[in-house]
Amino acid sequence: MAGSDIPSVSEEDRGSSVVVLAALCVRYLPLAIMLAVWELVGRSGLVSQQMLPGIGAIAAAFLDLLQSGELIVNAWRSLSRAATGLGLAVLIGMAVGLLMATRPMFRTFINPLVRILYPMPKSALIPLVMIWFGLGDASKIFLIFLGCLLPVIVSAYNGARGVNPFIIWSASSLGASKDEILREIILPAALPDILSGCRTALAFSFILMVSSEFVIAKDGLGFLIGSLGDGGNYPAMFAVILSVAGTGFVADRLFGSFASHRLRWKEQA
Amino acid sequence: MTADFGIKIEGVSHAYSSGQGQRAAGTLALKQTDLVIHNHEFHALLGPSGCGKSTLLYLIGGFIPVQTGSISTQKGPVTAPGPDRSIVFQNFALFPWKTVLENVMYGLQKKGLPDAECRDIAQAHIKLVQLSGFEQAYPSQLSGGMQQRAAIARTLAVDPDILLMDEPFGALDAQTRRVMQEELRMIWKRRPKTVVFVTHDVHEAVFLADRISIMSARPGRIEHQIETGLGLERDESTLTDRRFVELGEQIWRLVREQAVLASRGGL
Repeated sequence: MAGSDIPSVSEEDRGSSVVVLAALCVRYLPLAIMLAVWELVGRSGLVSQQMLPGIGAIAAAFLDLLQSGELIVNAWRSLSRAATGLGLAVLIGMAVGLLMATRPMFRTFINPLVRILYPMPKSALIPLVMIWFGLGDASKIFLIFLGCLLPVIVSAYNGARGVNPFIIWSASSLGASKDEILREIILPAALPDILSGCRTALAFSFILMVSSEFVIAKDGLGFLIGSLGDGGNYPAMFAVILSVAGTGFVADRLFGSFASHRLRWKEQA
Repeated sequence: MTADFGIKIEGVSHAYSSGQGQRAAGTLALKQTDLVIHNHEFHALLGPSGCGKSTLLYLIGGFIPVQTGSISTQKGPVTAPGPDRSIVFQNFALFPWKTVLENVMYGLQKKGLPDAECRDIAQAHIKLVQLSGFEQAYPSQLSGGMQQRAAIARTLAVDPDILLMDEPFGALDAQTRRVMQEELRMIWKRRPKTVVFVTHDVHEAVFLADRISIMSARPGRIEHQIETGLGLERDESTLTDRRFVELGEQIWRLVREQAVLASRGGL
């Protein structure tokens, strides 16, 4: 029985890995087409090489930046700001959202603030924040925090409001206190919403990281893009822009697989 | 303080407000309801939909506050939910992010028992409801019948004095429902508890209960109380028992009267 099982399993494996490879090709096909068009447009002379450097030039500039350490140092500065702002936003946003859903007094007080702050573009606050917090890390972290805070609050609030009341009743009839219900029942039940809010916040953190560093910074990826652009080093500027995009993409993917691991209890829809 | 009753309901009225917050105005779900449920009695609440039978159950559970009248158990007046009155809902209400074992252990952990003991008691109850082997499964991986078994195990594990059941088999297919009814009656026979079982299925009520209260159309009141007198043993043969068949017809007529009244009431 074992002998007949083994070949069929490996055949299946081979079959499924071909399918996975094909799926990957299809998924990244648009990206490949975009790169090809990019290269062709550059070479055709329709747009000057200055405006749209070739992919080879960008790759070379990327390697230079990598070797000089400039990219790594600035990326580290930027990412640590983004992570601090995002981390604070997730912790505080979750607490505020859950309290809004469970404490009517608190909701009445906080709700108008949330409604006004959510649609406001946080980058509009950059000059003001510069006055408040100066040119150091605090101003960037505060902006990232503020931008990430609201999607987390709103998702935690909506998630907690949507919890099946019978689950809460079950917990209370099993002896859970009000506090335990909030921490052990409402929080995990709202987690799918909270995690999708955090994913939005993650994207916001990248946007605010770069845009705040454009305006107020002496280092970081946003600063690097700005100064390379000012110096007319367009291949290097493109290399940094694409690095930011790539890092954002990887961060989103990592978060996505973390989230689906945490939510493995959900039915596969 | 040992009272001779399991649950005593005196003069309980309940109005639902259509809006939020205000109590006074709104639909009257229960009107001057009186009912004494004996200790260790299997009691069914039967009535047309919207008659307030679930409301009465939630009041006993302490999930909604008593507005008028009083409800007491052996532990005194009901004011809040507690593990002495545990409940099983129609939609199972398992914690979907916890495995079967973790679900059943939850109430035991709330009692402050050491982890090893929680695990042992939980395992024993999982076995009781015949879910052994599914300890590590998440609710979403189980069929409806299995989810309801898990919910029953979770409720029984905390060893409540009173077991409240809100149409627990209403979401199951007919065959599974029949099996679950027999198993519930068997479990109850081994571990007698005061059970309040809400249903709109006449035969389910007759098959399971020692006593049946038939509720009137809204606003609900206890209209009739009937002893089934079918004895302790209930199985396949009960279904063909002459008394079972007669009771079924008699009770069906009483419930039908109320259902007709309810539909005339514009519900």
